[in-house]
Amino acid sequence: MAQRAPLHILAPALLVAVAMVVPLGYLGLRAFQADPQTVMDLVFRERNLHLLINTLKLSFGVLVVTTIIALPLAWLVTRTDMGHRRLLTILGVVPLAVPGYVMAYALIGIGGHYGITAQLFDWQLPRIQGYWGAVAGLSLYTFPYLFLNLRSALLGLDASLEESARSMGHSETAIFRRIILSQLMPSLMAGWLVIGLYALGDFGVVALMRYEVFSYAIFNQYSGAFDRIYAAWLSLMLLAIALVFVMSESVILRRRRLASTGRGVERHAPPHQLGKWRIPAWVFVSVVVLASLGLPVVILAYWLLMAPPPLSFFLEVPLVFARSAVAAMPAALLATAMALPVAYLAVRHPSRMANAVERSAYIGYAIPPLTLALALVFLALNTVTVLYQTLALLILGWALATVALAMGPLRSTLMQMRPSMEEAAHSLGHGPSSTFFNVVFPHLRKSILAALALVFLFCMKELPITFLLAPTGYTTLAVTVFSRTSEGMMAEAAPFAAAIMLFSGLSVALILNREGDRH
Amino acid sequence: MREYSPIHSTAPASTPLLSTRHLVRRFRDADRPAVDNVCFELYRGEILALLGPSGCGKTTTLRMIAGFETPDSGSVLLGERDITNVPTQKRRIGMVFQDYALFPHMTLAENVAFAMTHLPRKQRHARALEWLALVNMAELGERFPEELSGGQQQRVALVRTLAAEPELVLLDEPFSNLDAGLRERTRKEMRELFKKTGTTVILVTHDQAEAMTMADRIGVMRQGRLLQVGPPQAVYREPADAFVAEFLGHTNLLEGEAAGLSAATALGPISLNTQAHGPVTLSLRPEDLALVRSEDPDSAIIVDREFRGHDYFYLLARGDSRYCAIVPNHDPLEVGARVRLQTAGEASVLPDEGRSQTQH
Repeated sequence: MAQRAPLHILAPALLVAVAMVVPLGYLGLRAFQADPQTVMDLVFRERNLHLLINTLKLSFGVLVVTTIIALPLAWLVTRTDMGHRRLLTILGVVPLAVPGYVMAYALIGIGGHYGITAQLFDWQLPRIQGYWGAVAGLSLYTFPYLFLNLRSALLGLDASLEESARSMGHSETAIFRRIILSQLMPSLMAGWLVIGLYALGDFGVVALMRYEVFSYAIFNQYSGAFDRIYAAWLSLMLLAIALVFVMSESVILRRRRLASTGRGVERHAPPHQLGKWRIPAWVFVSVVVLASLGLPVVILAYWLLMAPPPLSFFLEVPLVFARSAVAAMPAALLATAMALPVAYLAVRHPSRMANAVERSAYIGYAIPPLTLALALVFLALNTVTVLYQTLALLILGWALATVALAMGPLRSTLMQMRPSMEEAAHSLGHGPSSTFFNVVFPHLRKSILAALALVFLFCMKELPITFLLAPTGYTTLAVTVFSRTSEGMMAEAAPFAAAIMLFSGLSVALILNREGDRH
Repeated sequence: MREYSPIHSTAPASTPLLSTRHLVRRFRDADRPAVDNVCFELYRGEILALLGPSGCGKTTTLRMIAGFETPDSGSVLLGERDITNVPTQKRRIGMVFQDYALFPHMTLAENVAFAMTHLPRKQRHARALEWLALVNMAELGERFPEELSGGQQQRVALVRTLAAEPELVLLDEPFSNLDAGLRERTRKEMRELFKKTGTTVILVTHDQAEAMTMADRIGVMRQGRLLQVGPPQAVYREPADAFVAEFLGHTNLLEGEAAGLSAATALGPISLNTQAHGPVTLSLRPEDLALVRSEDPDSAIIVDREFRGHDYFYLLARGDSRYCAIVPNHDPLEVGARVRLQTAGEASVLPDEGRSQTQH
C-alpha cells in the first residue's frame, strides 16, 4: 500500500533523474549541430561499419568465452561433489579485483620483446594483441559477473523439477538442456547483459590490445583527431548498441516470464558424483584460476621483484594514490547522497514514476563510460564553461556512473526494513527529519558505508571517465598504469598496477561479504 | 403518538472526537475502491471495532485516519479540526501496529521515551519507566525488543503509543500475533487499561469475537463499504444484511412470507423483531433454535455435531436445506438422530438486499 511520496524525497530523486538525462541531451545537441551533409558523411562512413562489426564481434566473443568459463564453474561449485566450494567460489569472484587494463597489462607482459618469456627464457612469443587479446582480457575479468548470477540461480533451483523430468525417463543431458538451462535463462541473460555492457564500454583493454571498436575510436577522435562531432556521433552509435542490448534482454525475458527461478527453495537436488570426471574438472578449474589470477600475479611479481623499476617509481605510488582518493572520496559521497532518495522512493513509494526514476539511475551505469564522459564535456562546454577540465566535473561523472552501484546495498536494506517503523515514528509525533535520523539512519548506517566503499573503490580504478574528464596532469593510478603500459613501460607501470590490484581486492572482499550475508 | 427521526433521538450532547466523512481511497489498477464512502463518528472514551474479512478496506480506513494514506476524497475531522491533509506527526493520533514496530536499536525505555516529544529531554527516561510500570515491565526497561516475548512486545508497543498522549489510539489487528490463550487475557487487560485511562480507540480486526469483547460499538465492513455500525448486541441481534448476520457468528437465513410481527417459513411461523409484510429474508441465530426428538418423516436429521464445552453445535439437514443450532450440553443428541426444529426466539428481518443470499 503506497502513499504518495513527500516532496523532500521526490524532489531530490527527480533531480537525480534529470542529472542522468540532461548530459545525454547535450550529446545529442552537439551531434545535431553539424549540417545534414556532414552528418550523412559521418554516419554512413565505411569505417563505422567496420567499427560496428568489430564491436559486435568482440561482444559476442566475450559472451561465448565467459559462458564457457562461468557455466561449468558455477555448476561444479553448486551441483557436484567437487568439494572446497567456498574456496572455489571466492576464486571465481576475485578476478573482479583485476581491472581490465591490468588484465591487458598481464597478457601483454607475456609476449613481445619486453615480455617475460623473452626476458626470462630468451624465447620470444608474439605480443598478445588484437581481437583475441581483447576477448581474453575482457573475459578473464568479467566472467565473475556471470558466475555469481548462475551460482545463485543454481542454488535456488527447485530439485523437484529435475526429479520429475528424471522420473519421466529423460537423460541427464536432456534434463540439463531442457530443464536446468531454461531455468537459468534469466540469470544467464542478466549476466550477459552486464558483461555485454562492459565489453561495449571498456576502453582500457581494447586500447592496449589495439583492437578498433567504437570506444577506442571515440577516444582517438576526441584526444587525437579532435573531431568532436564525429566523436559525438560515434558515442551515439555506441549508446544505440547498448540500448539494443538492454532492450533485447528485457524482451527475451518478458517472453520467458515462466522460466524465472523461484527464491528460497528449501530442498536441493543431491550433488552429482563426478567420478572419472573429477580430474578434468580440477584441470578446468585450475586453468581458469591460473589464467585469471595467476597470470596477473606472476607478471606483476616478475616486474616488481625480478626486474624492478627504480625506487623513485615506488615512491610515487602514495602520491598518485592520494591524488586518486581526493577525487574518489567526494564522488563516493555524492553518489551515495544521490542514491539515497532514489532508493527510498523506489522502495517506499512505488509508482510508475518512481520506477522510471529508479531506472534512470541505471543510465549512468549502463551507458558506455566514454559516452557519459563525452556528454559531460559537451554539457560543461555549453553551460558552465569553467567546469571544463576541473575536478568537479570528474567527480560528477564518477558519481553519475556509480549511483546505481550505491543503490544496491541501500535498496536491499530498505526492503528488509519494515515500513511500520517509520510510520510508528510519525504517529509518535516525529517529523520526517527526526524519523530519518533516529529510525531510518541507524538501520542504514552499514549500507551507507558499503555504498560509499563500493563507489570509492570503483573510482580508484576507473579509467575512461578519468581520461576524458580529469584536469590535464591529474594522473590517477589507473591513468598511470594505462599510459605506461601503452608505451611498453612494463616495469614502470608495475607498482601502480599492484597497488590497484591490492586495493580493488578490498572491493571484492566487500562484495563477497555482502554475498555471504545473503546466503 | 410523537414521531422521532433517528437523527434527533441519538443527537449527542457533545461533538464527536473523530468524524470520517465520505472517505474514498482507490488503489491503482483496482476497478473498485478499497474504501468506498465510509462515514462514521466516534465519541471520546469510546472503543470502536472495524470488523470485516481481509481486503474489506478496514486497514486502509485506519491508515487514512492515521495519515499514512491520503484519501482520494472525503475528510477526517478530529474534534472540529479538519486533519485530512495534516501530516501524521501533527495529528496526535497513535497507532499500535500489527508487527508492533518497536525500534530494534533502542531499549524499551528508549522506545517509550521516543514517544515523549512533548516532554523535556531530562524527564523522559523516568516517565518512560513509569509507563512501563503500568504494564508491569519497569524492570525490563534496559532490554532490547528482540529479547521479549510477543505478548511483552505488544504491551510495550501499546504503552509507547499511550506515552505520546494521543487523542485517539488506533490498533491494527493487535492480537493476531499472539497465541490463543494469551490473546483472550490481553484483550481483557487492554480493555481495562483503555477504560481506566479514558482512551478513545479504533480497533481493526477480522475476528468477530475480538470485536464483540473489546468494543463498545462495532462497524462491519465489506468491499470498502461500512455496512452497519452499532453496539455489539444490536449488530448481532439485528444485522443490517445477510453478510453482517453471517460474519458475526453462525446464523440460519430463512425465506418467509411476513404478515406483521410474524412470518410463515419452512420451519413454520416465526415471530419477528419488527413489522414486515410480503416476502422477507430472516436471520435466525442458532441459539434461537430448539431441537426436539421426533420420528416424524418431515423432521430434520443431525448430520454433524461439535462439542464446544458449555454447549453443542449441531448441523442439521431437512430436505435440501441446512440449519445450525446451538443447544446446552445436557441431553446430547447423536449424529443421525431425527429432530423437530422449534424456534425459541425472534428472527430478524433483513433488508431487501440480502434476499439473494443462499440458505444456510
